Amino acid sequence: MRTWIFNNKPVIVSTGTVGGPFEAKGKIAEDFDFLHEDLWLKEDTYEKAHKVMLEEAALRATEKAGITKEHVQFFLGGDLINQITPTSFSAKTIGAAYLGLFGACSTSKEGLALAAFLVNHGGADCVLTGSSSHNAAVEKQFRYPTEYGAQKPPTSQWTVTGAGVSLLMNKGEGPRVTSATIGKVVDMGLTDPFNMGGAMAPAAVDTIETHLKERDIDPSYYDLIVTGDLGHIGRECALDLFTKHHTEVTAEQFQDCGLMIYREGQPVLAGASGAGCSAVVVYGHLLNRMKKGEFKRMLVVATGALLSPLTYQQGETIPCIAHAVSIEYGGGKE
Amino acid sequence: MSDNKKKNLTPVQQEYQQFQSDREVKRPILKNCIKAFLIGGLICLVGQCIQTFFIYNFNFTEQTAGDPTIAVMIFLTMLLTGFGVYDRLAQFAGAGSAVPVTGFGNAVISACIEHRTEGMILGVGGNMFKLAGSVIMSGVFAAFVIALIKTILVEWGGL
Repeated sequence: MRTWIFNNKPVIVSTGTVGGPFEAKGKIAEDFDFLHEDLWLKEDTYEKAHKVMLEEAALRATEKAGITKEHVQFFLGGDLINQITPTSFSAKTIGAAYLGLFGACSTSKEGLALAAFLVNHGGADCVLTGSSSHNAAVEKQFRYPTEYGAQKPPTSQWTVTGAGVSLLMNKGEGPRVTSATIGKVVDMGLTDPFNMGGAMAPAAVDTIETHLKERDIDPSYYDLIVTGDLGHIGRECALDLFTKHHTEVTAEQFQDCGLMIYREGQPVLAGASGAGCSAVVVYGHLLNRMKKGEFKRMLVVATGALLSPLTYQQGETIPCIAHAVSIEYGGGKE
Repeated sequence: MSDNKKKNLTPVQQEYQQFQSDREVKRPILKNCIKAFLIGGLICLVGQCIQTFFIYNFNFTEQTAGDPTIAVMIFLTMLLTGFGVYDRLAQFAGAGSAVPVTGFGNAVISACIEHRTEGMILGVGGNMFKLAGSVIMSGVFAAFVIALIKTILVEWGGL
């Protein structure tokens, strides 16, 4: 069993989301708490801007919950930069006990699953969790210099500039975390770092199918099954894999955060990606829709490609992972 | 990917790769070639105009006009890279903007801009040739091999 059922149903009391200029032009701009006009955020390096975004999101979440940052017992988070420095540096500002996580773009839900586990089992009353990514800082880390003229293939994805955090408590009002399934590393031997969606799809399918089996529920239990950043190609692969395995997930119910954040016409090719992608879409846009009553139960499956530029250059394949967390509001059993 | 590598994959992995490959959006090669031809040609036309300008207005010959022309082209690239235009042009043009000397200039300049935050010595100095270094190395090595062949043919081949 790798599914945890949270009988005490930890509550997401508040969230904080911050985005950059490209996100401000996107489809879900109104769901962000803050949007920045400038990619630098008035800092002198992109890495500092990255850190500041996470700090702002964390501060906003505590403000909305009506608490000060001293009330936060634990902070769980991560990002894509070497040694997850933006998260660790912002943990210094936040001041809570800190556990750094790395699950590439799946970090947001790895954090939420662990935070819910802590709260559910009485390990803490108030846990902050989140992840972030900054387009320019991450591109610098994984790809070419930002201004370098390399033609990206149609399978490549756009790294989101954004930070999303949520505050979990053992009591309060808000959407509740009901269960989580921790992913296994799945490696299908793909090597193209410009096609992450195709590489990550089997990991997402594996986690979703395990989740449904271990909870003994039908896919129709969820109004929405949403993946982190599969993009067009990954989503299509995952849907066809479901059909092949006779798992009845419908195309309407199966959505992707990487396809929600930007508008048609923004030059993102196969969709969005990045550790901040699923964090800002789920904690901003999707929870807002949930609170409006558009849907009651959703399964969020954040996917991550666990590669580094070094392993790619050494010719290694891309191992992938996906973590699933179910969130319910309104219709959920009390 | 080489066939040698594929041999190490399990049947499940091979099956998925085929499955994935059927769903992958391929690079539009013909369209990319046409765009590269047009933009690459346009860049060369600009270069040619500058060269002709140097020959007619200054004391340059067709042989010596190359150096100032390249300097001007790289200077223009520097401006376009700095203003964030060149990478957008490249997404459209592909090889058309990468192959001319402007592409080489862009590789050096973009790396300098990118690593400015790590300081002038370790950042700019250390990373300036991060992308262009391999181009210089290949060029020098290729020139060496060609020179060797030429020497052998001239000295012993009696050409």
